[in-house]
Amino acid sequence: MGRFVVRRGLSMIGVLFAISILTFLIFTAIPDPALRLAGRFPTPATIAHINHQWGFDRPVFIRYVLVMKLIFTGQIISYTQQLNVVHQIWIDLPVTASLAIGAGVIWLSMGILFGVLSAWRAGHWLDRALTVLSLVGVSMPVFFLGAVLSYYLGDKWGILPAGDYVSFATSPWQWFEHLILPWFALSVLFIGVYSRVLRSTILDTINDDYVRTAKAKGLTERQVMVRHVLRNSLIPIVSLFGLDFAAVIGGGAILTETVFNLHGVGQYAAQSVEALDIPPVLVITMFGAFMVVLIGAIVDILYAVLDPRIRL
Amino acid sequence: MSVSPSHDSQVEVVPELHDWGEVAGEEIPPGLGPYRLAWRRLKRNKVALAFGGLFLVIVILCVLAPVYANDIAHTGPNDEHVDTALNQFGLPIGPTWHAHFFLGADNVGRDVAVRLLYGGRTSLQIGAEATLITIIFATLLGIVAGYFRGPLDGLISRAFELIWAYPVYLLGIALGVVLAISGLDLGLFKLSGNSLQIPAIIIGFIYIPYVGKAVRGQVLGLREREFIDAARQQGLGHTRIMFGEILPNVASTILVFIPLIMANAILTEAGLSFLGAGVRPPNASWGTMIGDGIGLLPAAVHTMLVPGIMLVLCVLGINVFGDGVRDALDPRAKIRIEH
Repeated sequence: MGRFVVRRGLSMIGVLFAISILTFLIFTAIPDPALRLAGRFPTPATIAHINHQWGFDRPVFIRYVLVMKLIFTGQIISYTQQLNVVHQIWIDLPVTASLAIGAGVIWLSMGILFGVLSAWRAGHWLDRALTVLSLVGVSMPVFFLGAVLSYYLGDKWGILPAGDYVSFATSPWQWFEHLILPWFALSVLFIGVYSRVLRSTILDTINDDYVRTAKAKGLTERQVMVRHVLRNSLIPIVSLFGLDFAAVIGGGAILTETVFNLHGVGQYAAQSVEALDIPPVLVITMFGAFMVVLIGAIVDILYAVLDPRIRL
Repeated sequence: MSVSPSHDSQVEVVPELHDWGEVAGEEIPPGLGPYRLAWRRLKRNKVALAFGGLFLVIVILCVLAPVYANDIAHTGPNDEHVDTALNQFGLPIGPTWHAHFFLGADNVGRDVAVRLLYGGRTSLQIGAEATLITIIFATLLGIVAGYFRGPLDGLISRAFELIWAYPVYLLGIALGVVLAISGLDLGLFKLSGNSLQIPAIIIGFIYIPYVGKAVRGQVLGLREREFIDAARQQGLGHTRIMFGEILPNVASTILVFIPLIMANAILTEAGLSFLGAGVRPPNASWGTMIGDGIGLLPAAVHTMLVPGIMLVLCVLGINVFGDGVRDALDPRAKIRIEH
């Protein structure tokens, strides 16, 4: 366990370092960053001031070190709005977390349900219907689905609020109501993917010897399915869920957050990229990668719990 | 990254050659090669063929876009008809079901049907180019990494993991926005910021690890097999072994990935264009059209629905057909991809 933590910790530092350099290098390709920050009618003096302030007149690696120092002391400030980036992410995080947790619950439970039903009735009409449904889900761009849902159910028929975010502290019911559509839109793709992965792993496991043994000793179909087949088939689902959930928490649900106008981490990242505002993008990508690595480590620990054969 | 070992094994399923015939209840005539066998299975999967046909029809329609524009609609994709296409409130007209403005107009009076076909050309072209880039580089890097192992493998695998750990859309918009400003200088040829090749290169680049990791994993297993030893004994060079012996054995995996990557590339293009980091105006693509349509929402629903439905149909066609191809090539494999 101790070795595992050390190894994971080191690899996390490596990944964060590489991600930060890659992000930084991508943005160094922009010519004349100072001109873009100086407003519509820049004077040479303002440009010189900006160059000095942001270190654009210094070599790339010095600028990188300067920015990293600011990030790790929590004093990094965005170019355009001059707001503290860490503070801003802290404000946006509850929105993204609400989106991720609710959608995660929906897509995990529905994905497992559909996958089990589909494998259980493999070849029958229910399986075919669920397969078609999941392929439609996988083929549906989330922003189109989101726009259609929020227009018809939200604006036109007024059944549910079309996006925006109400904090849980303000009104738990409103929070829930406002998030139903984003949760659903974000879940559709994952439900499609998970149910198909689960269906094929269950169909693989179902022919294993230990399943035959379980059936032979007289367990009911339900007991065999839940205790023997499902427990083993869930392992790939757990690792997928870890990665996907981490990506959403880390700002990966950019399209969903944009189309439903949720001011989460993803939308913050998208707006910063459009404004060529490097500091928020750097911090968010590092934050996202951190989440992916951290949750990946948690998933590995969960594995060892689920499957005693795996040692950390 | 090596976050979770079984996640890798999800992708790295090796379709063993000798498994191919063992599909339950199927009579296999002797002497039928694996690809002929797969074709036989695919031909029997009518649903997959139907959706493949749907995709083909969409491709043909989009290829014929100039014919439609010149001979039927008599207007170009960027021609604005403010006088005839907007109603008295200045809002775009809906579908007329006539040759002119068959599917209505957008906010500046451009023919939606014409733009839909031209946009489809853009989306399909970017999807195809991105797929080509992904497949070529992933195959090359995957085979080289898996075959040579050692430090070269370490380097390539780390690079794959780095891109893998990066959120797809974040990397996409970061590259999209920056390259749109700076352009891309690849030495041999230069691309300006609004070139259609830039989104194609970005999307192709992003998906390399998804295929590359799978290819590498398979090559790691193949290189220990007897036929590779035999090839080495015969004195074949590394290049001959990699591309003459190993490549044919990973070809079916690569084949399965082509529709998967194509579908995802088209969806990613749409997403990036929607966020303003993909195709640049005035070029139309399905993604930019949906984005523009969402902006016009209460007034002109058709400007969002028409390209959106077309996009879903196209991607669904690829996905269902690709599913059929995968089942036909290897009924047991479980290759997947995530966004």
